[in-house]
Amino acid sequence: MSKRRVVVTGLGHISPVGNDVATGWANLLAGQSGIGQITRFDASDLACTIAGEVKGFDITQYISAKDARRMDVFIHYGIAAALQAIADSGLDDAAGLDKTRVGVNIGSGIGGLPLIEETDGDLRAGGPRKIGPFFIPGSLINLIAGHVTIIKGYQGPSYGIVSACTTGAHSIGDAARMIQYGDADVMVAGGAEGAISRLGIGGFAAMKALSTRNDDPATSSRPWDKGRDGFVMGEGAGVLVLEEYEHAVKRGAKIYAEFAGFGMSSDAHHITAPSAEGPARGVANALRDAGLNADQVDYVNAHGTSTPLGDSNETNALKLAFGDHAKKLAVNSTKSMTGHLLGGAGGVEAVYSILAMHHQKSPPTINIFEQDFESGCDLDYVANVARDMKIDVAISNSFGFGGTNGTLVFKRLA
Amino acid sequence: MENIEQRVKKIVAEQLGVPETDVKNESSFVNDLGADSLDTVELVMALEEEFECEIPDEEAEKITTVQQAIDYVSGNLSK
Repeated sequence: MSKRRVVVTGLGHISPVGNDVATGWANLLAGQSGIGQITRFDASDLACTIAGEVKGFDITQYISAKDARRMDVFIHYGIAAALQAIADSGLDDAAGLDKTRVGVNIGSGIGGLPLIEETDGDLRAGGPRKIGPFFIPGSLINLIAGHVTIIKGYQGPSYGIVSACTTGAHSIGDAARMIQYGDADVMVAGGAEGAISRLGIGGFAAMKALSTRNDDPATSSRPWDKGRDGFVMGEGAGVLVLEEYEHAVKRGAKIYAEFAGFGMSSDAHHITAPSAEGPARGVANALRDAGLNADQVDYVNAHGTSTPLGDSNETNALKLAFGDHAKKLAVNSTKSMTGHLLGGAGGVEAVYSILAMHHQKSPPTINIFEQDFESGCDLDYVANVARDMKIDVAISNSFGFGGTNGTLVFKRLA
Repeated sequence: MENIEQRVKKIVAEQLGVPETDVKNESSFVNDLGADSLDTVELVMALEEEFECEIPDEEAEKITTVQQAIDYVSGNLSK
């Protein structure tokens, strides 16, 4: 059975650099950091007081205030990004759209942590009668997909994948396979996260995973720079509308890119420490799925989180997967500006990878003041300035705790 | 200070996301104001919060209209 072709026909995104795709993309090209002091709660007693918060976001532009009150913020971000992507795709105007053939797969790495934390406070203070009836549906990860299907009447597959920071990539890759396999003609897919809470920041800080450059938030996320000291937590969501090629052509949809391939792998090594072989295998699997050779790839939206070990490890993984061609790749970390959106990262970074190809332009990796050649970080990271370049094939890497890897491959439609 | 009727109507409107003018004494939460089973649980919690009382589950189940909520609160509270 030959695989059905899948294309991308809609993009949506809420992130620390903008609450719509156009604003976010413009800020990325301008090298604008979305990182600042945490305002969501009092973080003054935490080791890390900085994050990439979503700013000026109004969920009531998307759903009613009554509905919004009953969901944690990761669901808000997921719904908003999904509705943006659907609007962008023009699906609402598609005559005779068979909604039983449209599905949603939007995951989250952590889900409703702030609401869990808040409800635990209510429980301890007032007893079990203070647990609200919307606590569970307001914090469950698959409720982004649940709400989007209810709002739009989509009756195909509805789920969310959970795989830590690989969530978004896995959700998109798996959703594309639903179309390739024939279970759906259209899938709304991506990842969302909203875990900037005392427990969320405090938890990652306890692992010593976060940057503590609290006095200079804008330069705190600095992938491949010598001074990098951990990742900076971001929040938001990135969602794609994936569509079977003929279905998109028939309705005259705007096509951003072809979804060319998807690969996964497991490090089988350690819960948090990375290995180079695992991600390299994920990249190789993705390229095999895409039927592409390593030397056909132009742009890599890297996992690039700004951790000392992770960044040099990914560099080694790229060298393993690409050999000599690694030196010719533009290896870009948009996390230098957005921070790390955890389960949302693969979602927004898929959006950025597609935009990079669509506009033939790589965003910069900001804050590379002194590239860390000593630990082997010697690739072309598109340091500090955006670049016009030919991009026919773009890949997006995501790696998660537990040693789980995912790589998405997009190519220009010939 | 607003009387109990006004306070109850305000909470109902807020919880169920309807204009206060739509909230009549005879309005049924489910049939007239669009509430589902989870909404009614949350509404009772909001009434408990506002009037600093505890409404037992078997009593809460009987409160299905605005007037019943007003009557319950009026009959069980001194404030």
